[in-house]
Order: sequence, then structure tokens, then C-alpha cells
Amino acid sequence: MIANQQVFQFVLHLADDSLILGHRLSEWCGHGPTIEQDIALTNLALDLVGQSRLYYQYAAEIEGKGRTEDDLAYLRDVIEFRNHLITELPRGDFAFTVLRQYLWCSFRTEYYQHLLTSSEIKLGELAAKCLKELQYHQRFSITWINRLGLGTKVSHKKMQTALDELWPYTFEFFQPTAAEEKLINASLIPDCRDIRKTWDQSCQSVLREASLVVPQEHWDFQGGKEGMHTEHLGYILAEMQFLQRTYPGLVW
Amino acid sequence: MELFEVFIRSRNGLHHKHVGSLHAPDLEVALENARDVYTRRSEGISIWVVRSKDILASNPSEQEALFEPARDKIYRHPTFYNLPDDVKNI
Repeated sequence: MIANQQVFQFVLHLADDSLILGHRLSEWCGHGPTIEQDIALTNLALDLVGQSRLYYQYAAEIEGKGRTEDDLAYLRDVIEFRNHLITELPRGDFAFTVLRQYLWCSFRTEYYQHLLTSSEIKLGELAAKCLKELQYHQRFSITWINRLGLGTKVSHKKMQTALDELWPYTFEFFQPTAAEEKLINASLIPDCRDIRKTWDQSCQSVLREASLVVPQEHWDFQGGKEGMHTEHLGYILAEMQFLQRTYPGLVW
Repeated sequence: MELFEVFIRSRNGLHHKHVGSLHAPDLEVALENARDVYTRRSEGISIWVVRSKDILASNPSEQEALFEPARDKIYRHPTFYNLPDDVKNI
């Protein structure tokens, strides 16, 4: 029997991933390199924040303790967040932003494809809804990886620097937590290790086409899914949660 | 970056309508930009983008020569027919 607690933690992980990455993207609002890209990035941010709401609502329902989506988003501290570390890294430059978007999104898309058939019907339904949006995010980021990777000397260098920095954080995509292992064994969620090969192949081909090289030697970072975060998450939460912490229960 | 004109078809059966312009480095990016800038409130189901420089526009100073002559040719309008009541949508 799968404890609700494990499903709850897993859904929180999906919600946190979308919320934190969505928040990072939202930081571009008003700062995009051109008005067109400014709007585009804000659209992606809104998609992700919208997705996180669906998952928080579902998580609150599973938990059944009367907490709401807002409680889960605004009143948990760093150690309770379950997002991948890659989503919380500072937004960096435009190259870093589109490359992070691609790496995360190509993984998430592949993962959701497998989640569609979960015996937990609701997980499949939510995945189907998110997939439509993520497919565009992927298209958008590949477009820019190509343009920048094959653009000028400077743009290529920025992309390669971003890749060197981001690649070590992709390791975490394929490391299930102990709680996830139980859900995998119960066939409720896909085994992220099984996705690695497909993801790696499609990723390598996109990067190769943009003449970017995956770093050979690097550290592998993990811990986000178990609440061990980089120093950056605290700053995001401080900004994002300020209002609810200072004026509890405040509404629009 | 180049300037592009954007045309959107709001639904099947209607034609594409000019909605505005935008900047992009090439056609593909222009299409994605058009999607992000002009269809975010479900305005359309099809997009065309065209390089602004590829559009040949009529010269405003030639307005008289181009458009005045049509003005007194009212017989070109289908206003002299009696339409049966059953005929709709003309």
C-alpha cells in the first residue's frame, strides 16, 4: 500500500519545479533583450506558474489537512521544497535562460509522456495538460539554442559557458529519491533512470547541431528533491513569500 | 533584426488579417514571436509572417490616379438588383 505521503511529496516536487522555474522566468519581465522576447519569456513563466497551481491544488487535496495551494506555495521553507536544483539557479543571461529551459523542459516532456499512463488517473490528466505547453517551450528554446550556438563568436561562447555550468545539474533528473522508488515499484510513476538514454540522445543531437559540446568532466549535483538546496532558493522564497509571511492571510 | 508584418486568421472560414508588426532575426523566430505577442489571448488559429520589405505599397501621392476614377462608377456596386428575401449573406 502506497502511503499518501509519498504521492503528496511527489506531486509537491512537480509543483515546486514549475513554480521555481516559473519564478525565475518571471524575473525577465521588463528586462528581456527585446520586447518580443520579453513577452515570450513572460508567457512561459505564466504557463509554469499555472501548472504549479494545478499540482499544488492536487497536493492539497491528497494531503487532506485543509491546507490550500497558497499555503503550500507561500508557507513552506527551503528544506520543504522539492524542486530540482537546476530550476533555482539565478536566471543568468539570455543564453543561460534558454538553455536551462531546454534541458529541464526536454526532460520534463519525456517524463510526462511516461506519466500519461499512470494508474493514478489524475497524474496522467495533469501531465497531458502540461505537455501541450511544454512542447512549445521546447520549440522556443531549441530555436534560440540554434541561433545563439551558431550565431556570433560571442553568442556561441555564452551558450557554451552556460552548458558547462548547467550540465552537472542534469544528473539529478535521473536520481530517484527513496520515496520515488516506492512509487516506481508500485507502477504509479515512471522510472526516471529509464528515460535517461532517450533524453541523452535527443539532447546531444540538439546541442551538436548548435555546435555545443557537452563537458566531459564535471561534478554531479543533487539533493533538491530531498530538500537540500543551493543558497539561491532562500532568496527566491524571501521575495516570493514576503507578503504572506508579513501579512498572513492577505488576499487581493 | 528585421521588421515583419503579422497576419492572423481568427477562425476557419475567415481570412488572415493584418494585426501588427514585430522585430525578429529571421522568419522562423518571427513566427514564434508572432505567436507569443499576438495570440496570447486566443486571437487566432493560423499565423502568416511576411518581411515588411517584401511588401510593395501604393504611394499616397498617387491616390487620385489610383482611386478617384472608381468613385463615380456607382454601377459597379450591386445596388441595382432586387434580391429575393430568401437570399441571405450577400
